[in-house]
Amino acid sequence: MNFEDSPSEARYREEVRHWIESNAPDLSVLSGEEKLAWHPKRREIAHQWQVTKAEAGYACISWPTDWGGAGGTAIEEAIFNQEENRAGLQFTFFMTGLHMLLPALLEHNQDPLSLSRIPPAIRGDEIWCQLFSEPASGSDSAGVRCAAVKDGNEWVINGQKVWNSGAHIADYGMLVARTDPSLPKHKGLTVFWLDMKTPGLEVRPIKVISGEAELNEVFLDNVRIPDSQRVGEVNGGWKVVISTLMNERAALGSGTGLSWRDIIDLAQSTPAWEGSVMDDPAFREWLADYYVNVEAIRLLSFRTLTSLSRGEAPGPASSAGKLLWSQSTQDMTDHALDLLDHYGLIDDPEFAPRDGAFQHRFLWSPGLRLGGGTDEIMKNIIAERVLGLPADIRVDKNVPFKDIPHGR
Amino acid sequence: MNFDFDSDQKALKDQARRFLADVCPLSSVREILDHPELTHSEKLWSQLGEQGWCGTAIPEQYGGLAFGYVELCALAEELGRAVAPTPFSSSVYQFAEAVLAAGNEAQKQALLPRIATGELIGTIAFSEGPGVLRSEGVTTRFENGALNGQKIPVTDGSIADQAVVLASHATGTGLYLVDLKQDGVTRQSVATVDPTRDAARLRFDHAEAEPLGDAERGLEQLLRIQDKAAVLLAFEQLGGADRALEMARDYALERFAFGRQIGSYQAIKHKLADVFTKIEVARANAYFGAWALSSDAPELSVAAAAARVAASDAFWFASKENIQTHGGIGFTWEADCHLLYRRARQLGLVIGAPRDWKRRLAAALEAQRDAEKTAMGAL
Repeated sequence: MNFEDSPSEARYREEVRHWIESNAPDLSVLSGEEKLAWHPKRREIAHQWQVTKAEAGYACISWPTDWGGAGGTAIEEAIFNQEENRAGLQFTFFMTGLHMLLPALLEHNQDPLSLSRIPPAIRGDEIWCQLFSEPASGSDSAGVRCAAVKDGNEWVINGQKVWNSGAHIADYGMLVARTDPSLPKHKGLTVFWLDMKTPGLEVRPIKVISGEAELNEVFLDNVRIPDSQRVGEVNGGWKVVISTLMNERAALGSGTGLSWRDIIDLAQSTPAWEGSVMDDPAFREWLADYYVNVEAIRLLSFRTLTSLSRGEAPGPASSAGKLLWSQSTQDMTDHALDLLDHYGLIDDPEFAPRDGAFQHRFLWSPGLRLGGGTDEIMKNIIAERVLGLPADIRVDKNVPFKDIPHGR
Repeated sequence: MNFDFDSDQKALKDQARRFLADVCPLSSVREILDHPELTHSEKLWSQLGEQGWCGTAIPEQYGGLAFGYVELCALAEELGRAVAPTPFSSSVYQFAEAVLAAGNEAQKQALLPRIATGELIGTIAFSEGPGVLRSEGVTTRFENGALNGQKIPVTDGSIADQAVVLASHATGTGLYLVDLKQDGVTRQSVATVDPTRDAARLRFDHAEAEPLGDAERGLEQLLRIQDKAAVLLAFEQLGGADRALEMARDYALERFAFGRQIGSYQAIKHKLADVFTKIEVARANAYFGAWALSSDAPELSVAAAAARVAASDAFWFASKENIQTHGGIGFTWEADCHLLYRRARQLGLVIGAPRDWKRRLAAALEAQRDAEKTAMGAL
C-alpha cells in the first residue's frame, strides 16, 4: 500500500513537471468560447503542443521509436499524462487516434503504407476518428449494417455511421463494416482504415444539447478502398473493435475536468441564507458524498498505474471508473447550478461564474453517460465479466445476420 | 506506487481468511445471535489472542508483533468478511490506540502487553445519549480522582476489563482510564440491532480513574483516536460488503424464476453492478486511508473520514440489496442475510454515524482548500 512514486518514478515526474512548466502553451489567450473542447483556436494550440511533445520525446512515450514514439514505459506515459492533466492541458483532438485506433492498427496491420500514417498522427499533424456506431447499432455494437463488398483488390463500402466524434475535422477514420451477412452477427465483420476525403464519403455534423457539433453522421456511398487498408483478418473485425473499446473505457475512466476544489471555490463565493453556501449543512453533506466518489476515481487510476508497472493490462473493473466519472460529473454540475440559485440559469460566459463552465458541462454531461459505452452497458460488463453473472438471453445469437429481426 | 497489499501481506490475509473460514463460519456467529446471554465468541477470541492478532500493530517493546497498520487493515478486512463476534475492534483499534497515543510509559507497560495477548479486553466509552457528541453533553464528571455518571451505549461494555472514558472536569474534558472490575462500576447489558456484538450501559459511582494524556484536550484526542479506528473499521466494512455481494451473486446464480437464473435479468445484474461500484469506491478510499495511517501522513483526517463515509455506505447498500436479491427467504431469521445487515449498521454507527463523518470530511476539505489558497496567495 503505497501512494508515492518509486525514486525513479519521482525523478521522472520531477523532470516532466519541469519540462511541462517550461514548455506549456498559454491557454489564457483563449476566450470563454474558444476554450470549448473542439474550437479551432484551441486546436491550433493543441497541435503546436503535440508537435513540441513529439520533438522532445513526450508524445506516445510507450510506443516504439520506429513509429515516432519514445520507446519508454507505460508507467512513464501514465505519469506524463497525470502531469499534463495537472497543468490543465487536456486536448481531445488526438485521443481517439492515439489511445484507441492506432494501437489497433499497429497490432493488426503490416502494410507499410498504412503504418506510415502513424508518425504524423503522433505529431498531431493528422487527426483520426472512429466510424463504428450506426443508427441501428449503438449499444448493440456488433449490429453493423454498413456493408463492404470485395471487388478485385478493392472493397466497396455502402452505409451510414453516426456519433463519430471529430469526424468533421478528421483526416482519417477507422471503420467497421459487414463483410459476410450470412454469418452470425459478431463473425462477419471486418475493420478498415480510410482517408476521410475518399470520394463518396460525406460528413454531416450533429448539433447536441450543449450546442456543440463535434459529433457527426458519416454517409458512405460506393466508397472504394484498397484491401491493403484492411485492419486484421477478413471477418475477424470484432476482435479489433473490442481492443479499441477497452482502451476507450480505460481512458475515459481516468477523470478529467472540474474538481471538488472548483465546487468549494464556487460555494465559498456564493451567498446562502446565512453566510456562504459553504456554510450550508446540506451542501456540506453532499460535498462529502461527491468527494468520496471523485477521490475514488483518482485513486483507481493509481490501480491502473500499479497494473501497468507490473506489465498487466487494466481489467473490466475499469468500467466502474467510467460509471463514476460520468455520473459524478452530472451530479456535480447539477449541484453547481442549484447552489447559484436563480443565477444558475445563466450560461452566458459574460455573466456566469467560470465563463459558464458549470452550465456547459451540465448540458454536456448526459453525453458522458452515453458515449464510450452507456451506463447500462458498463453495468452489464461489471455483472458479466467481473461478477460472473450470465449474459442476457440473445435471440440473435448463432443466427445469420441477414435473418435477424430489426425495426426501422 | 502500489495500490495493493504486498505479497507478504497477501499471504497473511489469505492465511487469515482460511483460518476464519474454518473457526468462524456464519453458524458460529448465529450462535451468539440465538443466545442473548452470550456476549461474544470466547473460543474465537482466545484463538485470536494465541495467534497474536491483537498485537499486530503494537510495538515489540510493549509485547506486540509490530507488523504495522497495513497488516492490521488486512486482518480487519478478513474479520469483517467473517462477521466475527469478538471485541477486537474495541480492544485493538480503539483502546490500544488510545493508550499508545495518549498513555504515559507506565500505562503503556501495564496495559499494552496484556492487550496484545488478548488476555485483557479494553473499550472506549464516550456516548451518553441520543444525538451528536458535544463537549457540553459530557456530564460524566471526574473530580478528586473519582468518576461519576454514566455512558450508553458502550460497545463491549459487558465484557471489557478496562475502558477509556470521556469525562468533564472543572476546566474541560479529558480521557480517563477506568478498571471496570471495581465496585464503583455497574454494568447493564443493552440490546442492540446487532446482538452478535456486545453493548452495555456503564454507571460510575465514585469509580477510581486515572487521566490518560492531556486532560484539557480529551475531545480532541478522542477525534484523533477515531480517525485511526475509522480506517480500520472501514476495512471490516469492506470485508463485510464483499461478503454480502458474493452471497447475493451466488444466490442469483442458483435461484431460477420464469425459467432462468435470476442473475440473468438486468434488474439484478445492474443492482449488483451498482453494489460493486460502491465497493470499489470504498476500497479505493480505504486503501488510501491504510497508506495514510501506516505512514502517519498529514492526509489522515481527510483520508479516514472519506474511508468511513464510503465504506459505511458500501456495506449498508450491499447488505440491504443482498436481502432484496434473496427475496422473501432473505427476510427470514433462518437466512444469513440479516447477520450482515445488522453488522453493517453496527459498524456504521459505532464511532459516529456517516452524517457526523460527512461533516468532518467537509470541514477537513474546506481547511485543505483554504490552506492551498493561502499558499497560492503567498507565492
